[in-house]
Amino acid sequence: MSIAIRNISKQFGAFKALDDVSIEIPSGELVALLGPSGCGKTTLLRIIAGLEYADQGQILLAGDDTSARHARDRQVGFVFQHYALFRHMSVFDNVAFGLRVKPRRYRPAEAEIRRRVKRLLELVQLDWLADRYPTQLSGGQRQRIALARALAVEPKVLLLDEPFGALDAKVRKELRRWLRQLHDEIHVTSVFVTHDQEEALEVSDRVVLINKGKVEQIGTPESVYDHPATPFVANFLGSVNLFHGRVEDGQLHLGEHQVGAADGNDGKAVAFVRPHEFELVPGWAERDGLPATIVRVVSVGPSAQIELSRSDGELVEVSIARDSFRLLGLGKGDQVLLRPRHIRVFQAEAQAA
Amino acid sequence: MSGTIALKPGSLARHETLSTHEPAWVKGVLIGIALTFFAVFLLLPLATVFAEALRKGWGAYAAALVHPDARSAITLTVLVALVAVPLNLVFGVAASWAIAKFEFSGKRLLITLIDLPFSVSPVISGLIYVLMFGAQGWFGPWLQAHDIKIIFALPGIVLATIFVTFPFVARELIPLMEAQGSEEEEAAVVLGASGWQMFWYTTLPSIKWGLLYGVILCNARAMGEFGAVSVVSGHIRGMTNTLPLHVEILYNEYNYAAAFAVASLLALLAIVTLGLKTLVERQTHRQQQEKNELSGE
Repeated sequence: MSIAIRNISKQFGAFKALDDVSIEIPSGELVALLGPSGCGKTTLLRIIAGLEYADQGQILLAGDDTSARHARDRQVGFVFQHYALFRHMSVFDNVAFGLRVKPRRYRPAEAEIRRRVKRLLELVQLDWLADRYPTQLSGGQRQRIALARALAVEPKVLLLDEPFGALDAKVRKELRRWLRQLHDEIHVTSVFVTHDQEEALEVSDRVVLINKGKVEQIGTPESVYDHPATPFVANFLGSVNLFHGRVEDGQLHLGEHQVGAADGNDGKAVAFVRPHEFELVPGWAERDGLPATIVRVVSVGPSAQIELSRSDGELVEVSIARDSFRLLGLGKGDQVLLRPRHIRVFQAEAQAA
Repeated sequence: MSGTIALKPGSLARHETLSTHEPAWVKGVLIGIALTFFAVFLLLPLATVFAEALRKGWGAYAAALVHPDARSAITLTVLVALVAVPLNLVFGVAASWAIAKFEFSGKRLLITLIDLPFSVSPVISGLIYVLMFGAQGWFGPWLQAHDIKIIFALPGIVLATIFVTFPFVARELIPLMEAQGSEEEEAAVVLGASGWQMFWYTTLPSIKWGLLYGVILCNARAMGEFGAVSVVSGHIRGMTNTLPLHVEILYNEYNYAAAFAVASLLALLAIVTLGLKTLVERQTHRQQQEKNELSGE
């Protein structure tokens, strides 16, 4: 079922949590709401669920305006950050809850409830835990039970608030791959909130970047990563080197150095270059490129992380394949020219926003 | 898979470290003082109550308890508690719910007002009702005109008792509910539970021990209240005397054995309350531990 978020605004006292947010989510998609903490992403999720009311705007589920509908009548599944499992109920009863509280005429027979709960527990691969209590489960298990409980009522939309936030790194990686697979299996329209860009880029079909209550960019993980629309997006997605300079005749200049081709209007500019988008040229003899000195090299894993210091003292991070770095024969203290293969330029004024 | 590992009794006990270790005689003196205090001010009076009550033998003891005036006092006390405790239970749950789960203006004021009966002398609490409903009070003439008796009658005693026992349940539940937050309730609502189902299946199970604890304390106070009830009761024998008032009357009449016999009932109530309270505290503690485990990850 599709979700349409139309011009949603929400204020808490003097704090504007959401400012005229509009997002269209087609049926069956898995969408990540990504942003720093306090950007309003969780508030938006709660408004979709009906746990919070918007000051303005509408939420349409499958084209129906549900803005005035109570949370219990919206048929959404919600997975809470801290699971919110009913701690005095067994795993089975937790999952069965949504079916058992249905009004008598819609409530399935007890045998049918049992069958459905069992199937859901099998889906989350935890059917052997049916008689346990939440306290007896690990964090990852609780999260999956919370998901099974949310799916029990066959929601039209699944909402997940920082679903992996409280788990340790390894479990988190496993679970997010599993969530992706699960979504491909059941195809329920899903929205999840996260502040972890890696998580958002890896799991979702589309990413919605939110900052200070406003949507900065919406797009596929590739497109938002490769073509950030705003300085915020460029900065927030992955590590990035930031340069303040000016653009003249399609070239980025930093001080007296001509760094490389940059599209954009002439004038003061903010430029972003990702660590893996540099080329290193040994020595300072040539004209093109930004002179720098190698400060530190960490050569672990497939790529070498090189920290360089510019002449004005600012640090630049570069990442190149370990083999290529070895061929260059460079080490700590060596002088190199940095040549970006790709520069993203934003007008300097835009940075103020 | 993680199982729960039961803590061995005593493993939670605080370890004495060198810096907090006191010489044996200090320990001895402190424990001695505490125990002596306990014996002189608590145990001795309690023993006296039962000793005095039984001074003239079991026959006199039983006679004092089955005396019509004593029986009517017992009935009245139980009746008052039966009305006051459930009302305060409903009020306490409603008030703590409002305070813990909602933001509204006047919330601080409500919290202060709930504590009011604790900070006001019970005699004043009684007088408030006399001033309102007494013959010379605000509503006195109207009540007389309609032949409704509140002061020196059952309604006055119930009102005064409700006022005095007002904070017990609410004060027990507010911190509990605030600590628990409302995520479980929200989860229930999103799953389609009605307001009542949400309360019954998620809120109540998580507050039940705290609630019971509050009810026990509330009941003990409702049955034992003297000051406020004394002001509004009028001390009509066999009519408006509760147990504590009946004890006072017997005592003032130098009928010591009977006075202590009735008093022993109240003392027994206190002991039972104490026992129940300990049991419930153990349960709440266990529940708290479970909760900590749950949010510990």
